Amino acid sequence: MNEQQPTSFFNKLKQGLSKTTKGFSDRIDSLVNGYDILDDDFYDELEEILITADVGFDMTMELLDSLKTKVRERKTDDPHIVKTLLKELIADALSVGDRNIYIEETPSVILVVGVNGVGKTTTIGKLAHHFVKRGTKVLLAAGDTFRAGAIDQLEVWGNRSNVPVIRHQEGADPAAVIYDAIHAAKARNTDILICDTAGRLHNKKNLMNELGKIFKVVDREYPEASKEILLVLDATTGQNALQQAKVFGEVAGITGIVLTKLDGTAKGGIILAIVKSMGIPVKMIGVGEQMDDLQPFNAIEFTNALLGD
Amino acid sequence: MIFEGLSEKLQNTLQKLKGKGKLTEKDVKEAMREVKLALLEADVNFKVVKDFINRVTDRAIGSEVMESLTPGQHVIKIVNEELTALMGSGQSKLTFASKPPTVYMMVGLQGSGKTTTCGKLAKILKKQQKNPLLVACDVYRPAAIEQLQTVGSKIDTPVFSMGDAVSPVNIAKAGIEQALRQGLDTVIIDTAGRLHIDDTLMNELLEIKSAVKPQEILLVVDAMTGQDAVNVAEQFHEKIGIDGVILTKLDGDTRGGAALSVRAVTQKPIKFVGLGEKVDEFEPFYPERMASRILGMGDMLSLIEKAQSNIDMNKAQELEKRMRTQQFTFDDFLDQLQQMKNMGSMSQILQMIPGMGGKQLKNIDVDDRELVYIEAIIQSMTKAERINPGIINGSRRKRIAIGSGTSIQQVNKLLKQFEQTRKMMKQFMDMEKGMKKGNKFKLPFPGM
Repeated sequence: MNEQQPTSFFNKLKQGLSKTTKGFSDRIDSLVNGYDILDDDFYDELEEILITADVGFDMTMELLDSLKTKVRERKTDDPHIVKTLLKELIADALSVGDRNIYIEETPSVILVVGVNGVGKTTTIGKLAHHFVKRGTKVLLAAGDTFRAGAIDQLEVWGNRSNVPVIRHQEGADPAAVIYDAIHAAKARNTDILICDTAGRLHNKKNLMNELGKIFKVVDREYPEASKEILLVLDATTGQNALQQAKVFGEVAGITGIVLTKLDGTAKGGIILAIVKSMGIPVKMIGVGEQMDDLQPFNAIEFTNALLGD
Repeated sequence: MIFEGLSEKLQNTLQKLKGKGKLTEKDVKEAMREVKLALLEADVNFKVVKDFINRVTDRAIGSEVMESLTPGQHVIKIVNEELTALMGSGQSKLTFASKPPTVYMMVGLQGSGKTTTCGKLAKILKKQQKNPLLVACDVYRPAAIEQLQTVGSKIDTPVFSMGDAVSPVNIAKAGIEQALRQGLDTVIIDTAGRLHIDDTLMNELLEIKSAVKPQEILLVVDAMTGQDAVNVAEQFHEKIGIDGVILTKLDGDTRGGAALSVRAVTQKPIKFVGLGEKVDEFEPFYPERMASRILGMGDMLSLIEKAQSNIDMNKAQELEKRMRTQQFTFDDFLDQLQQMKNMGSMSQILQMIPGMGGKQLKNIDVDDRELVYIEAIIQSMTKAERINPGIINGSRRKRIAIGSGTSIQQVNKLLKQFEQTRKMMKQFMDMEKGMKKGNKFKLPFPGM
């Protein structure tokens, strides 16, 4: 996963994140430059910046507390130190767990879950491309049999990177699609099977149970495969993302997060609270609409891109 | 759940106020801190929250509260009033062009639910005796056109498309011509999802706008959107000008504070809300209800209205008579179940009850399949058994269980529940008598 040259990766990331970054690092910069000493007004303004980045009230308070402690330790009241310290704190909060997607061990199966409209199918298209580029043999399973057009959408992505798609018709049992896909993956000696699932709101009990059924099929039919369950989160989502992560985490045993739509102005700050409270690593981020716009996540580089050098 | 925790906290704070004969400035400030927190956790934009809190604090510290006998309730009232005012008062309806076809243009970010909403809007227009045409202008997302076609065929509405190789502007123009030719009076244009900061795509929207002169441009916004909702709404409004907003995915457990932010920035009304994936799960927007939802006070009004629109009044009156005379049978029970199912899923109904969002509901799982079993059990009973459940003995129970594919335990459980229901009915009857004397549905503030 880390074969790319760091420079090109970083530039790409910075470019993709430019809009996300802009508001944020600019505001931090002007805050830092606008104050002579670290007083209450300074922290109030910083609080506002963090909250408007969707970091959430509790997490913001926590960050500010840690920041104040660090500042005290350094015995300084120079605002310029804040940027460095904040970078450390955020990178720290995001550096959790193993960020590799397990493809070294084959066969493996990746299940992609999330609420409606976060970009699951697109993420799968990009993931497939990502793996094919590395010479891996990929198979896709069109497990979203609910949304109109979802199967066709996945097929278009499959065609783009020359990856076969196992599909049934709309309205079919998604577990049956996954079942067929697993057997196809075995028969074709596929390295990675990536399964799409229908978007579902986490508070819909029946739909979450359906997810359980899909997992059972995978466990029973494909015990030899290493499993990766990716939750796709939309960076534009606010505090509800935490709830999504919690419920999907309970039902699906999420192993990693993909944060999409970071090419907008949304900062996706809620990810801090999620990673912190659940200990699930962010594995990939989506920074654009092109095939290559799905990038492995690196906490330090991400923070650097977010806050500026 | 985090949100419920907050609304509980808010209610506790206000509860404390309730006990006091007089409020100090400090009391109000403390309460406002909780309100601020509730709003921020509901994703209302920071600046909007700040303005709001200042306004409420001014009013609350003013004489009107201090002299009130129940200052706590008065503070909640102010919060609710100001919130509703911010949300816009009254329901805002769709407008129609004086000369058909009326064109509606749907715009929004990727994944906000535009295509699904197009179908829902068409369905509502059909109910109003209109003949809509859906026009597929999303040529970018793979299979977006197919999605709209499927949506269209489900609701029996024609879809106009020209594939993905023609420019959206030309498709839109040709779509209108098609509507004119076929005598269709409304046109809904589905556009591609786009980032509000993507100038090329925003310009394309402008071109479509000037080519088709839509009656309304409707911005579709995901109710789960965070602080960025302000930027999105601002940009779309500034660059192309919107006439209304449709809020989607409100059937999730989000507070939907984005509604407030969008409204505050654009000053345009929210016209509809999407409440599920089915075409029917679409409703007009009511500002007062959204205000209650953001503060976690439930949505009693929606529930009452839902019940009214889905329950057959004649049947209800007949039922009332039967209940009063204690002749409530399993047939009535079945009828009730079916009417209730028309109102939506059990969990949806429960969510609308104030206070139910809180701890009362935390441990209750409502499974709609439960209802399917109940239906099956009742349908396996004979006519005589339904009228007089007393005759159901052991062997009848066994037969019913086999007939309905359930177990004897399940049948027993239902029989017991039915007995309890009968008893409860009597209590309800007494309650209803009270209500008829003029105590019509008073929106209760939970915990007060």
